[in-house]
Parts: sequence; structure tokens; C-alpha cells
Amino acid sequence: MSDWLSPQEWTAVRLSLLVASVATAASLPFGLLVAYLLARGRFWGRSLLDTLVHLPLILPPVVTGYLLLVGFGRRGPIGGLLAEYGIVLSFRWTGAALACAVMGFPLLVRAMRLSIEAVDAKLEEAAGTLGASPPLVFLVVTLPLILPGIIAGMILCFAKAMGEFGATITFVANIPGETQTLSSAIYTLTQVPGGEAGAMRLTLVSIAISVAALLGSEWMARLVGRRIAP
Amino acid sequence: MTSLEVDVEHRAGVFHLQASFRSQGRLTALFGRSGSGKTTLVNAIAGLVRPQRGRIATDGAVLLDTRAGVFVPRHRRRIGYVFQEGRLFPHLSVRQNLLFGRWFAVRHERGDAADLHAVVALLDVGPLLERRPGELSGGEKQRVAIGRALLARPRLLLMDEPLASLDEARKAEILPYIERLRDEAGVPIVYVSHAVSEVARLATTVVVLEEGRVAAVGATADILGRLDVPALDQGGEGGAVLEARVQAHDDAYGLTILATPAGLLQVPRLSLAPGDTTRVHIRARDVLLSVGPPHGLSALNVLAGRVLEVGVTALPHEAASIAVRLDCGGAPLNARVTRKSVELLGLVPGRTVFAVIKSVSFDRGAGGGLESVGRCEDGAFVAR
Repeated sequence: MSDWLSPQEWTAVRLSLLVASVATAASLPFGLLVAYLLARGRFWGRSLLDTLVHLPLILPPVVTGYLLLVGFGRRGPIGGLLAEYGIVLSFRWTGAALACAVMGFPLLVRAMRLSIEAVDAKLEEAAGTLGASPPLVFLVVTLPLILPGIIAGMILCFAKAMGEFGATITFVANIPGETQTLSSAIYTLTQVPGGEAGAMRLTLVSIAISVAALLGSEWMARLVGRRIAP
Repeated sequence: MTSLEVDVEHRAGVFHLQASFRSQGRLTALFGRSGSGKTTLVNAIAGLVRPQRGRIATDGAVLLDTRAGVFVPRHRRRIGYVFQEGRLFPHLSVRQNLLFGRWFAVRHERGDAADLHAVVALLDVGPLLERRPGELSGGEKQRVAIGRALLARPRLLLMDEPLASLDEARKAEILPYIERLRDEAGVPIVYVSHAVSEVARLATTVVVLEEGRVAAVGATADILGRLDVPALDQGGEGGAVLEARVQAHDDAYGLTILATPAGLLQVPRLSLAPGDTTRVHIRARDVLLSVGPPHGLSALNVLAGRVLEVGVTALPHEAASIAVRLDCGGAPLNARVTRKSVELLGLVPGRTVFAVIKSVSFDRGAGGGLESVGRCEDGAFVAR
């Protein structure tokens, strides 16, 4: 199997999986917080936050990538600050993960927000009268009930991250072994003579990963759904 | 004796609640039409609503005192709440639902396995323990919800129309459990209802709410007999509540003789022992009046009495009928008759009359048993 793909192609597959996993895992807590705020919070600037979260969905990915470059580049306001603590994102795989996380964030938040809105707040009231403090109510009532939404959001975010191209290539370029993900690798292969075979192999890998993710999520959703069916 | 003290004022939109009462009862019924503020009031007791002004205390604990800046959050109040629609956690089994409160209890307040056994036995939920709420009937759900609230060891149990979403058969299934709870669990109960029959059967104390204000408060028998509380009337559903004691059984005719303050009543045989007590509810619309001793009637429970008061506040759609309050040997009895009869018979306060009772509802009340409620109609009664 390992001879089937060239070492460089393997690296791209591994890197893509790493970037997508890290992007999904790292944005999960933030996504949950923002989803909860948007679903339940009544505060000034709520619609501004809503717009900001959804912006990457509407903007051309290249624009998002460029804004990341401006903000998180070595000389950017945030990137410069992070660099002082030894954290460099531009032209690193971590930067690719950031780009993917930003692009997947709206999808993650949207799925979780819908599931939080669907939770009957009366159940949370009932839990309160039984002695559960608000953080515990969230842990033992809200969280289990929104688990299907969390899984759905994570799958969407992961899928988006696997396919991300525009923002990633703009922010962290296309460096083999560091920032060259599946999509960038396929793009590169289509630009060189004789690259079609490699592009086709990576395309098949890409399809396999997507199908596996989809089936996995269906399976998990069914498992969870059976547990919390009303 | 545990007492409940409520004095709150709360404004939400156009609705204005301003209610104040005290109760020492084992089961205090909050009674009123929908929109009278019953649910807002229990939500204030539970801490789900924060009244703008007032004080709530129970069992010596101050839960709310706006003047002193006290507002105990709901999870520290130890007020059990049985909601109209159960609100069981769908992701937990019945057993986990029942034990939910225990997860959060302070160690010394935490119940033990014996508690679970006692509650499971009290509510007959043993066979349901491993099921999910989705697999339960409406009546079963409410029993589990009651058990869940009890196992959190509340100082007070609130029940907000727990029977409202159930059909008659399911209601009859739950009522005896609530009676048992009142008599055996040792937790005072506040029971919200708009059904006179439930209140008459269950309550020891009644608080009548009308448009956000307390219209009347007192012992059940005193309140249900009053003519000046329109909410209680409901077309003659209201009436007298009498404590009754089984005097003897008449085996030859299959009857039970009940001694009440108003006189002896004969009803089809009850499975109670002589000396047992029960509660009798005589609806105003089931009482006929006669100015002379009646003869040749099949309805044979006839009590002699005196007219105390003739009602004036007939409901507009029932302007033809009117409530008359009687005194039968010191016990109150209500009759709903037509205005025409009042005039023809010359029913004025002081007049001696005979009350012909067509039907009696009774429950085993203080007896604490599980016999379902009975109602005896007309001909089943025998002359005294």
C-alpha cells in the first residue's frame, strides 16, 4: 500500500489528516462557547458576533487567507505578539490548521447552535429544582442532549478542513512536507506534466476519507440518537 | 409543623401578581382559573421566577426576602417540583431520573438505598426502573416525576397541575398516590389545580387565586362551602366537604353507614372498617331542597337543616340558578337551585329545609388507602 503513493503524496495525506484533526479539535471548545452564547445569550453585540462568525462562509477564501496573513503573519499585530512567545503560524502546518479552523468554524457553530436551541429549557429548569447548579446542569443535561449536534458540527468542520484550499494556500503557501495538504498537492500535480496519475491517486484517497468520515458520523449519530431518543 | 409563608408582588407585562398567604397544611391547594397566577406563584416559590418584591419562607428557611436582598437560587432551595408535563430527562433511564437529585445533594442530606426502595414502593415504579422515559405512559411518567422530586429530599413539594395532561382513567390512577404522599411522605405539598373535585379530595388548606390576588384562604371545608368565591362555583361543581367516619355496615342491603357532622349518610358498601375515616364531597348541584319532609323518593339521603345564606352572585350564563348555603346540625352544605324555586319556596335565611342528596363523592382520605374514588348516584341511597 505504501508503494502505491509516493512519499511526497503520503506526506500530503498525513498532513491533511493532522491539520483537519487539529483544526476541528482546537475549535471545538470555542465553537461550543460561541454556539451557546448565540443560542442563549442576550447581550449587546450579539448580532455582530453572529456576523463575524459567519463571515468566512461568505467571503472568498482567498480574502480570509489574506486577512489571516495580515493579522497572524510575523509582522502582523497578533502574529508579532505570538512570535514573542515563540509561536509562529505563517508558513507552518499550524498556520494551515488555523486557516482550516477559521473556515470550518461557521459550520461547527451553526450545527451546535441549532441543537442547543432545540434543547427544552424546561428540562434545565427541572434539573435546577433537583439541586444541580447551572454548570452541572450544562454538563449532565444540556451537553448529553446536544451531543448529536456536536458530532454533526465536528464532521462538517473536519470535512471543510480536509477540502480547504484558498485560505490555506494564501496564508501558509504550498510547502511540501510543511503546508502542502491534499488539496494543494492535487493542485500542484495538475500543474506539472505527467502529474495526472498522482492527482488521480490523491483524488481517490480524498474520496475514501470523505466517505469514511460520513459513514463514521452516521454511525455515531445513530448510536447517540438511540440513547437520547425521547 | 412546617409552615409556608408567601407574600410577593410580581409584574410581568400586563399581568400583576400580588399574593400573600400562610399555610400550615399538609396539602395546600392553589386554586383558580387559568391565568389567575397559580403557576407564577409556584414558580416564585421554586425560584424559577424572581418576584420584584416580597418574602417567601418555608420550614424556617427564608428563600426570598427582597428587603434583605435574599434570593436563594433554585438549586439551593430544596423545593421539589412536579411539572404539568413531567419533564423527565430523555437521555436517562427511569432509575437515573429518580436518583438525579442525589448526584447533587450534600453528603449529609443524601438519601440512601432505603429511600429509593421506599419511594419505588410508594409509587409502584419498580417494574419501570430500567426503562427510558420515552417508553412510559403519561401516568407512569408523572409517577416517576413525583418520585424524582421526592428523592431530592425537598422541604416542600410543588405540584403544578400534575394531572392536567392526563385523561380521566390516568387521573384516577395517580390520585391515590398523591393521597398516599400527603398522608405518608411527611413532606408538605403545594398543589396547583383548577378542578374543584381534585381540591375537594386532596387539599387540607385552600388558597383561592383570582386575577393575581388571593381571594380566599382557609381550611378546605370552610372555603369550598363559601358562596362569595365565584371561581369555586363552576356550575355547581363546588360544594361541601365533610369528614366522615364509618359507623357500621348494613350487610343485608350492601350498604355502609357514614357518620358526618351533618348527619348519617348511607352509601353502597365501602371496603373500610368501622371507625375508619374518609372525606365526603357533596356537590351543590347534587343537592335538592324541600321545605317539608319529603316522602316517596328514591334518593333517600335526606338531611334536615336551616338556610344560612342565599347567594347573589350567579354567573351570567347561569342566571337561572343560585347557590344556597345550609347549616345541617352545625355542618355546612351547599345546594344549587333555580331562582324560581328560591322564590316559590320562600327560601330565606333561617328557614328550615330538607336537603335531598342525589350523589356523594368520597375518598379514603386520611385512611391512606388506595381505594379509588367512588360516587354514588341517586337511587343507590336509602332513607335514614
